[in-house]
Amino acid sequence: MDFKVEYNTIESVAGPLVVVGKVGNASYGEIVRITLSSGESRLGQVLDTSEKYAVVQVFGRTDGININKTSVTFLGETFRVGVSDDMLGRIFNGHGDPIDIKTGISYKEKRDINGEPINPVARRMPSDFIETGISSIDGLFTLVRGQKLPIFSGSGLPHNEIAAQITRQASVKNQSEEFAVVFAGIGLMNDDAAYFIDEFRKTGALSRTVAFINLANDPSIERILTPRLALTVAEYLAYDKGMHVLVILTDMTNYCEALRELSSAREEVPGRRGYPGYMYTDLAGIYERAGVVNGKKGSITQLDILTMPSDDVTHPIPDLTGYITEGQIYVNRELKNRGIYPPITPLGSLSRLMNNGIGKGKTREDHKGVSDQLYGAYARSQEARSLSSIVGAEALSESDRRYLKFGELFERKFIGQGLYERRTIEETLSIGWDLLSQLPESELSRIKEEYIKMYYKKK
Amino acid sequence: MGAIKRISGPLVIAKEMTGSGMYDVVHVGNTNLIGEIIQLKGDDAVIQVYEDTTGLRPGEKVTSTGLPFSVELGPGILSNIYDGIQRPLSAIEKSSGIFIAKGVIAAPLDRKKKWKFEKEAGIKKGSKVSSGTIIGHVQETELIKHYIMIPNGIEGSIESIESGSFTIEDIIAEVDTGNGKKAGINMMQTRAVRIPSPIKSKYRVDEALKTGTRIVDTFFPIAKGGTAAVPGPFGSGKTVLQQSLAKYSDADIVIYTGCGERGNEMTDVLVEFPELKDPSTGRPLMERTILIANTSNMPVAAREASIYAGITIAEYFRDMGYNVAMMADSTSRWAEAMREISARLEEMPGEEGYPAYLPKRLAEFYERSGKVEALNGKTGSVTIIGAVSPTGGDITEPVSQGTLKVVKTFWALDASLAQQKHFPSINWLNSYSLYLDPLENWYKEEMGEEFIEDRKDAMRLLQREAELKDIVQLVGEDALPDSERVILEIGKMLREDYLRQSAFDEIDASTSLKKQKVMLSTILHFSRSAENAVEKGVSVESIAKMKVKADISRIKGVSESDIENAGKKINEHIKSEIDALIKDESGEGK
Repeated sequence: MDFKVEYNTIESVAGPLVVVGKVGNASYGEIVRITLSSGESRLGQVLDTSEKYAVVQVFGRTDGININKTSVTFLGETFRVGVSDDMLGRIFNGHGDPIDIKTGISYKEKRDINGEPINPVARRMPSDFIETGISSIDGLFTLVRGQKLPIFSGSGLPHNEIAAQITRQASVKNQSEEFAVVFAGIGLMNDDAAYFIDEFRKTGALSRTVAFINLANDPSIERILTPRLALTVAEYLAYDKGMHVLVILTDMTNYCEALRELSSAREEVPGRRGYPGYMYTDLAGIYERAGVVNGKKGSITQLDILTMPSDDVTHPIPDLTGYITEGQIYVNRELKNRGIYPPITPLGSLSRLMNNGIGKGKTREDHKGVSDQLYGAYARSQEARSLSSIVGAEALSESDRRYLKFGELFERKFIGQGLYERRTIEETLSIGWDLLSQLPESELSRIKEEYIKMYYKKK
Repeated sequence: MGAIKRISGPLVIAKEMTGSGMYDVVHVGNTNLIGEIIQLKGDDAVIQVYEDTTGLRPGEKVTSTGLPFSVELGPGILSNIYDGIQRPLSAIEKSSGIFIAKGVIAAPLDRKKKWKFEKEAGIKKGSKVSSGTIIGHVQETELIKHYIMIPNGIEGSIESIESGSFTIEDIIAEVDTGNGKKAGINMMQTRAVRIPSPIKSKYRVDEALKTGTRIVDTFFPIAKGGTAAVPGPFGSGKTVLQQSLAKYSDADIVIYTGCGERGNEMTDVLVEFPELKDPSTGRPLMERTILIANTSNMPVAAREASIYAGITIAEYFRDMGYNVAMMADSTSRWAEAMREISARLEEMPGEEGYPAYLPKRLAEFYERSGKVEALNGKTGSVTIIGAVSPTGGDITEPVSQGTLKVVKTFWALDASLAQQKHFPSINWLNSYSLYLDPLENWYKEEMGEEFIEDRKDAMRLLQREAELKDIVQLVGEDALPDSERVILEIGKMLREDYLRQSAFDEIDASTSLKKQKVMLSTILHFSRSAENAVEKGVSVESIAKMKVKADISRIKGVSESDIENAGKKINEHIKSEIDALIKDESGEGK
């Protein structure tokens, strides 16, 4: 049906919401075009529909909307995004229009940006090791293909650098399959967005990248769309084109704030700290779009960056995220202040799918043991550190002093590395053994004896 | 037939619905989405729709089925994975690929498969039958006999019945229900999910569910027919614990409900369970398991329904005389689904936006557990283990509190233990089980008086250790007398060698009660000997260096068949090493 009725019956405008009267049959979720008297048009979506009216959420600003002179056209379809391989190498704004100065794009088809839930029966267990070249991640909380792993950071911490470094360096061992990066910048400051684009350009990754960028001064409502556009394109590239797609969503905190803004405009009952009660389900609709599935070659791996307001992990945004994602990587302020890059702390960081992706034939047979032992020893060194701050380093036992030293070396040599340094997993494990060899052999209770024989470096 | 008046998220208001009842299942719109009536106002009905409502328009038709939301029960139900409204997910994959399309219809049970029905000896023409009477069975899997019961509400005498090969819709028996009326009985029945199935009476619980998890079985047991809650922040190992219980507990049937959790976790269960063998029969664990999956990205109204679907299936197997365990992971997501629907209904919110009836719904759900005498006289039980995901790990929130009020076992998962990689991260100081008393006799018979004493001793030591550790933090270990330092040594041994248990180690993942008894008595033998030695003047340093400690730490890896010998040997080593120390260091030897 191509016959579209134009309505001039706006009854009220409040925040991003417009109530259109005398509309009898708008479909739920339908997209509308709002045309101002100046001729300018904006898009919106139906949030509530009845026999008498439709409530429309406007993507974009509501200034200039006029009760008498603005018209609303119902387009008869839900929000869709065009998908095509031509999108690789291109940059789009937060609602899907290209913003680079290049030729047009011929889209293969348009797809609903909300996608559909993956049937759990159709999923395969993610188990391909992704080598990021960053020792702390590869060694201690390994990323696997099809995983969703967020980076929990805070303002002023180098999460962008870490994400860019992972994008630059990530590869899967012994495989040269087609990969792509889908980047969604949500409420980014212009220079942060420029940093990412520059990084992709410098390393040649840009031609394999589709970027959607919603800037901090773009309408915040648009932020609801941006990650969904990105994931819809990612699903096309992964499941239709067989590519391995790394999706970077940053910053999810801005997304959640937009969600809260919208919820309060709709006068909904607020949940914790004003965020809507359905935020868990809403976030799950984004994060759960990662995975590997039966019968498809491609995969979607998600790195979701979020800045924890006042570094508080119990804040609803990191809290709900942690309940959905498969682990988390903490960026730590203390380590940063000690001059360590990347300041990723092992304490609290976790990859739930790690055990599927490591070991003989995937990384190396001693990986699990080394990882557990390094973690245990570092945790022990932190106890020694806090003890020494009470009683003084001189009063520590010999064993505590040894661990204290281990902790310092571990932070500098294992966690610390260059912004452009790419370490293979063998190099990472070898550094691990260098450090473990500082400890007496008898302390290595978490590593099998045969591996100690093979790798322990006796002085 | 009615028509849509208004749509807002998963809620639809339909007009001209006179004649439909509360909780009737309805088909909504041209795509026939499935929904349930949750409010009636005059001619209007408020419907929660179990699928995504995008694309619905006012004016589209709404038809009521006139029946409440029910599950189908009968042979073929085991080993399945269903969504929240009992659609088989494997069948959906076959029909619509990797994504779950809207409006898919799939029958929960296979209508075509033929099952070998054997009538019960003694059931023949003229036999009196009533609700729940077992008239025969099907060997559904090698592990489980699926009993065929007279559906609730039918009473009379058997007119005809025969063994043979039937589909679940074929008539296997006829019942004369009086006044010349006959009821045909087939192997499938349906039960409304929101109403607890009727029983004769509830018993007091008197038997523990053996879980194979040491801290649970020894210190904080759950009874067959009991209830337990597992609250914990993310990363504290809720799901791993739930899965361990599903794998190794001695329930006959396990219903595992993944409610609003990760898709890959369900995949994990689906991949792993068929490979895991039931220890007593060697058959795949999947043969006794039913999975219900409403992952976090599946429609929220169906999440609300999934818990009820699970418990109703559990009750069905309980009525056959089985011990059923239901795991619900996580009840917080279920409560959040209620909150979302309640907010859309514009109900006055209670605490943190949850509806005021949340505590009542939680209590009603857990009350469907219990050890019962079924209508047919069989004894069966439903045990409920519910995970709770408190926001920020803070259990003062409404879902945790509403749950703790009704459950009798509380396993407090602890983020700091998890961070130390101490798993299961059940905190032994905060957790409790109110079943210790009702199960006292059972423990005496199963494990002996000695074990009960050992358990008390071990808990006393652990609590003492925690107190001492607080002091050590302030003044350092050296300031304590040896008699207290030795308790720190023993506490550490109990924590590391007994409470800590790897869910991923082949042998350590599950420990029989027999092995638990040997392990605990060995550690306490060490404890008593060491305390005694210190009293006689042996130094703590010497105790700490004892060789036998390494043997004790390896005892978790000893197989079930070797455990008694290993225990004896270690006890001998403890004695000889301690005797030698006393001889060397105390006044006695000199």
